[in-house]
Amino acid sequence: MGLENVIAESLPEVLVAPLDSLINWARKSSLWPATFGLACCAIEMMNATSGRNDLARFGSEVFRASPRQADVMIVSGRVSRKMAPVLRRIYDQMPEPKWVISMGACATSGGVFDNYAIVQGVDKIVPVDVYIPGCPPRPEMLIHAVMMLQDKVMKESIRDRRDAPDEEAREAITPGTLPVTDGSTLREDNVAQPKPYTIASRHEKRRSF
Amino acid sequence: MEQVNQPVEKSENQTSSTPSPIAAALQHEHPEWVSRVVEALGETTIMVPREHLVSACAFLKSAPGLEFNFLSDVCGFDRGPEEEPRFEVNYHLFSTTKFHRVRLKVLLNEDDAHVASVTSVWRTANWHERETYDLFGVIFDDHPDLRRILLPDDWQGHALRKDFPLRGYEPYSLE
Amino acid sequence: MSTSLDIPPQFEVVDQPLDTQMTISMGPQHPSTHGVLRLELVLDSELVVKATPDIGYLHTGMEKLFEYRKYQQGIVITDRMDYLNPLGNNLAYVMAVEKLLQLEIPERAQTIRVLTCELQRIASHLVWLGTHALDIGAMTVFFYAFREREKILNLIEAASGGRLTPSYFRIGGLMMDLPAGFDRRVKQFIDEFPKAVEEFHKLVTGNRIFQKRTQGIGYISAEDAIDWGLSGPCLRGSGVALDIRRANPYCTYEQYDFEIPTEADCDVWARYMVRMSEMTESHKIVTQALSRLKPGPVKADAPKIVLPDREAMKTHMDALIHHFLIVAEGFDVPAGEVYMPIEASKGELGVYIQSTGGPKPARVHFRGPSFVNLSALPHIAEGEMIADVVAIIGSLDIVLGEIDR
Repeated sequence: MGLENVIAESLPEVLVAPLDSLINWARKSSLWPATFGLACCAIEMMNATSGRNDLARFGSEVFRASPRQADVMIVSGRVSRKMAPVLRRIYDQMPEPKWVISMGACATSGGVFDNYAIVQGVDKIVPVDVYIPGCPPRPEMLIHAVMMLQDKVMKESIRDRRDAPDEEAREAITPGTLPVTDGSTLREDNVAQPKPYTIASRHEKRRSF
Repeated sequence: MEQVNQPVEKSENQTSSTPSPIAAALQHEHPEWVSRVVEALGETTIMVPREHLVSACAFLKSAPGLEFNFLSDVCGFDRGPEEEPRFEVNYHLFSTTKFHRVRLKVLLNEDDAHVASVTSVWRTANWHERETYDLFGVIFDDHPDLRRILLPDDWQGHALRKDFPLRGYEPYSLE
Repeated sequence: MSTSLDIPPQFEVVDQPLDTQMTISMGPQHPSTHGVLRLELVLDSELVVKATPDIGYLHTGMEKLFEYRKYQQGIVITDRMDYLNPLGNNLAYVMAVEKLLQLEIPERAQTIRVLTCELQRIASHLVWLGTHALDIGAMTVFFYAFREREKILNLIEAASGGRLTPSYFRIGGLMMDLPAGFDRRVKQFIDEFPKAVEEFHKLVTGNRIFQKRTQGIGYISAEDAIDWGLSGPCLRGSGVALDIRRANPYCTYEQYDFEIPTEADCDVWARYMVRMSEMTESHKIVTQALSRLKPGPVKADAPKIVLPDREAMKTHMDALIHHFLIVAEGFDVPAGEVYMPIEASKGELGVYIQSTGGPKPARVHFRGPSFVNLSALPHIAEGEMIADVVAIIGSLDIVLGEIDR
């Protein structure tokens, strides 16, 4: 009651905010993870969702079993060579915008297991946004990582066109600069060449295989 | 390819003077099944020539007083590429009625790494033998379904052999 | 009925469009398979005709890694195997090496080992309860079970520093003694736990939906269970009263007074009841172990094998030399082989170590109970409905880390 009155009196009737802020705020507040628990870190992830450390407070309300309904993939556990193509396929099935948290030492860099069976770091397969060290990391660390990811999401811009294919993103043409044939009043030297975006697409930035 | 023909010796007791009753019973019934008995650390290990393995196992399972109806584990061991015989396959048996344990050991050469499968005696040997095949390359004859179980199906080589490098041959790449 | 079709070998069943038969692949990413397990199910409408587990998606090459690490470095790797029962894995490995070395472990160390292992068994069964009930559809139990589990994890973390990967035991005893006030905290847990078990029974056991979904499902007779190598609660749920703690006692378990809960129904419900009773029995053992705790050393008297105290290392030359040699070069273990079975929370966990002398083992093999329990799944699940396969997997209580190693 009192708060509403104060808000109604002090703020204007229409609020204007940058589009990026609104969209990012919506995205970060409801990051739904895909269930991708592989090994011991998965148990700590389950602990992070249970009563004592509750990840749902931060927006990760449900863990979606289907990757097509998920926003973030928390790779928790060691990725073996047999599992790696499966991991990539699940990542590919997630719709944009999507993020990856690599939880634990094994997902980050192979961990204790520097041998024939384990992929030395999941960033050899998928682009990773946040790395969490630990073996296994405490649930509080996972919550911290989700909060870091939320900060990262807030800094993004929708002008990074995630859904456009690479060629289109690179060769966008500024309006009024289409190349024209003879007989136009447009001066030749004013014709602009197709310019790449100055902001590289997100997938390009991440391609650190 | 020469067969692994263990010389039939009398049972040698390494550390104790009284043989274990299990080895003694087996020795008494079929002396050609027992090529060597080792008793150490409270455990009995019986080396069995590979051609008698299934009959020895069937006897141990059904003989009154022995009753080894539970196969705990089938475990392979690679002695190294220069050793002859190279591979060992250990069978750990347990009795749910008498609570005693015994280990059977079969020694195999590298170029003739075949041994009969004991899935006809205990069905649980199925996956254990698949794992030993996968990681060592020991072939179990008459196994119902001998294929890789832990490593990917298109993996080259057998990972737990001593000459397989720890890190494998190449790092993982998506292509 | 299309089950009369003779089915070609695995993975070669083709779907025939006019038939009711279908092959689906359940996993490896699946919310109910308790890890990265893939099941190839050949279904006739909803009836499972053939179930083939496909494992190896978590194969970590641990057994090869042991051969390149000293014995004491291997303890850390054992934590990651059955990650719900890491102290059990530690115990099996450490006891196997101690058997090779023929070390005498002091009594306080044995008591603390029993105490922490039984706490770990309760924690493992709580995860089983939470996830099994979650798969069947009861979500609330998950949160209640994990609430109790947090208490146990706090205790284990106080003793060893790690919640999920404690590596608390060392060859020759423990890493270090229990912290001050530990027995008071364990006593508090002991007092609160029976009420929690009652709560679980109220939530789950009397629930008619749970009963209908678990009774009569997943039947395996006692002879088949022994033939397939089942052990632990799966075997005891089929009426065979076999517990390694009684059959081949280790680590002073023969001095404790506890029952072996056994049920005769051989179905998912029986295995559920066995595990619930086991939690109560473990609680009894923890109470007894707490009352038996007497002051004393926690490491064996073997200066070449067991690390000396920090104070001794900093003041005495020979302790310093021993510390350096143990850490840098390891200790020599005489040649021999040993198979050490223990009763882990999932069944018979056996460690086979073969040593050819030297500080590194020549072969370490873990006989994981979940590996063998899962191999019986085709036998158990064929003839059940697909929705019951989830209940059966939950009742077998598998952990893929132990299966794939």
